Amino acid sequence: MNHYSNTSATLAIAKASFRSILRSPSAVVFSLAFPLIFIIVFANIGEKSVTVDVGIAKGCDTVGPVYKALKKVSMLNLVTDETEAEMNAELSKGSMDAILNIQKNGNGWVMQPPLSALPNRVPYTVNVQYTKASAKGAILKSVLTNILDDINDVFRKGIKAEQAPVLAAVKETTIAGREYKYIDFILPGQLGFSLLSSGVFGTAFVFISLRLTLVIKRFFATPVKRYSIILGEALARITFSLLGALFILLVGHFGFGFTLVHGVFTVINMLILSAIGLIIFMGFGFTVSGIAKNESTVPPLSNIITLPQFLLSGTFFSVTAFPKWLQYISNALPLTHLNNAMRKVAFEGAGLGDITHQLFILMIWGIIVYAVAVKTFKWE
Amino acid sequence: MAQQPIITVNNLTKNYGDFAAVKGISFEVFEGEIFGLLGPNGAGKTTTLEIIETLRDKTSGDVIVGGYSVETHADNIKKIIGVQLQAAGYYPNLNLSELIVLFCGLYGIDKSPMEMLEKVALTDKAKSKYKELSGGQKQRFSIATTLINDPKIIFLDEPTTGLDPQARRNLWDLIREIRDNGTTVVITTHYMDEAEVLCDRVAFVDGGHIVGDIDTPDHFIDTLVASGFEREKKTKGANLEDVFIHLTGKEWREG
Repeated sequence: MNHYSNTSATLAIAKASFRSILRSPSAVVFSLAFPLIFIIVFANIGEKSVTVDVGIAKGCDTVGPVYKALKKVSMLNLVTDETEAEMNAELSKGSMDAILNIQKNGNGWVMQPPLSALPNRVPYTVNVQYTKASAKGAILKSVLTNILDDINDVFRKGIKAEQAPVLAAVKETTIAGREYKYIDFILPGQLGFSLLSSGVFGTAFVFISLRLTLVIKRFFATPVKRYSIILGEALARITFSLLGALFILLVGHFGFGFTLVHGVFTVINMLILSAIGLIIFMGFGFTVSGIAKNESTVPPLSNIITLPQFLLSGTFFSVTAFPKWLQYISNALPLTHLNNAMRKVAFEGAGLGDITHQLFILMIWGIIVYAVAVKTFKWE
Repeated sequence: MAQQPIITVNNLTKNYGDFAAVKGISFEVFEGEIFGLLGPNGAGKTTTLEIIETLRDKTSGDVIVGGYSVETHADNIKKIIGVQLQAAGYYPNLNLSELIVLFCGLYGIDKSPMEMLEKVALTDKAKSKYKELSGGQKQRFSIATTLINDPKIIFLDEPTTGLDPQARRNLWDLIREIRDNGTTVVITTHYMDEAEVLCDRVAFVDGGHIVGDIDTPDHFIDTLVASGFEREKKTKGANLEDVFIHLTGKEWREG
């Protein structure tokens, strides 16, 4: 009875905070409703309503792995029975979104996007003609980049293993490959963004309001330790966000066929990744709560952090669909790496050991963010 | 009555940059009394109180609370005191009984919310949010949170500011009851009528100093009258507040 327990004080704060989060409409809307709405909208666009009409030029290679992979993408409507003139006319009107011409190369192998590791040994060139009359070119570009990345990856591995490029190896794996649905792309992005907004907005709002309404000051009049307050709040937010993530994953999997390669194991890996991402994003939240003078300056400051990542971190489209200079910025953002890691885990079945590159960059962000947070955070 | 000091403040000063908020204050609070720090706004009452409560660092001087120094044993002090802040809020979105559970956790003490709410007559508000309470109920709830750890001393910073006459009298009764149960009460106020009926001893604070002695309200008044002081207008046997209370009744009225 006389022994004071910091653990039970921490848990008391975590419990109170968790109750408070559950009763705060904005937390629930931002963490659950927003991502779900985006997923529902985009999953439907991806699977049904949006089709990208792609004209296949005469003389296009239709037996190679690239074409076969394209054919498997349900979103793409490959038009093969039109003349070049007809296609060009439709393209300029925008009723056709792109014209594709895949060329098999004899010896000089060139591929778009270029494969830097193998500069002159690429067997296919994919020539794409987009049109300014249609915005759907970006979707094709994104699909194409994903497919080519996959093929190139497999191809590169094949070369390393056998020292000689064997196209058959490519074919096998590509064709046996899983269908890459748009939900597989959109869900990890939405999950990442949900964690980002919960981490930044949620944390910043809670700490600034606890500070301004003197709740923290009242806490300081009790024997509770400062770290208990931070830890309790963090615990509540992580618990809430992981439950939200689990919910999004389950809805995505059972409702929209989101691919979870190794089932429960993949889910656990994604939740661990979510927790890592959230802890880093909370660091931004602590910083914002310290810099902001009052509650009304929290949203603009938080938006400065979340909006660029929302747009540039591959939430809706693959980062590789951006121009090169923009990709440098994208690749510097933590959400980009969280999203990439999530996709690798979910779709490729990677374990945490396979995404050390992403985890390393996230860790660097974590160190930077918390160094800044420690300097800027205010208790009163 | 053997008067045992439970708080000793000796030559306390506090500077905020160039501004000296507290300029050498000394006083003692005896065990089991209601001690009043009186003075206008900005006199240094709250600063003095917050230093004793271990919420603020002092610039110089000594403060001993319940045998512990604020400098070296702040954690021990926090366990034996209860603090009601002037404008403190409570954790958002929680009801009163959940807030009590939270504070029990913070103090590491196992008490039922109903037991605590009963002490301040708020059991019927157990499921209400703090912000839904009336002014008097808010102050009573604040006092309930200060009693969770069965403190030896509680500090009340202007608890009756903004309350109507009935709510004020309710709170006085509650504060006397707490004192009668053996808890020392330190209170700040700028209402002299309140100090007169409630406090066992008072100190006047102005401009960061204690002005004059520390004594019982009665003794202060007697001394002033003995010095030949006379009010400009003779007071009648009752005042307008008495009329108000008489007309509206002294029951616990809360909307």
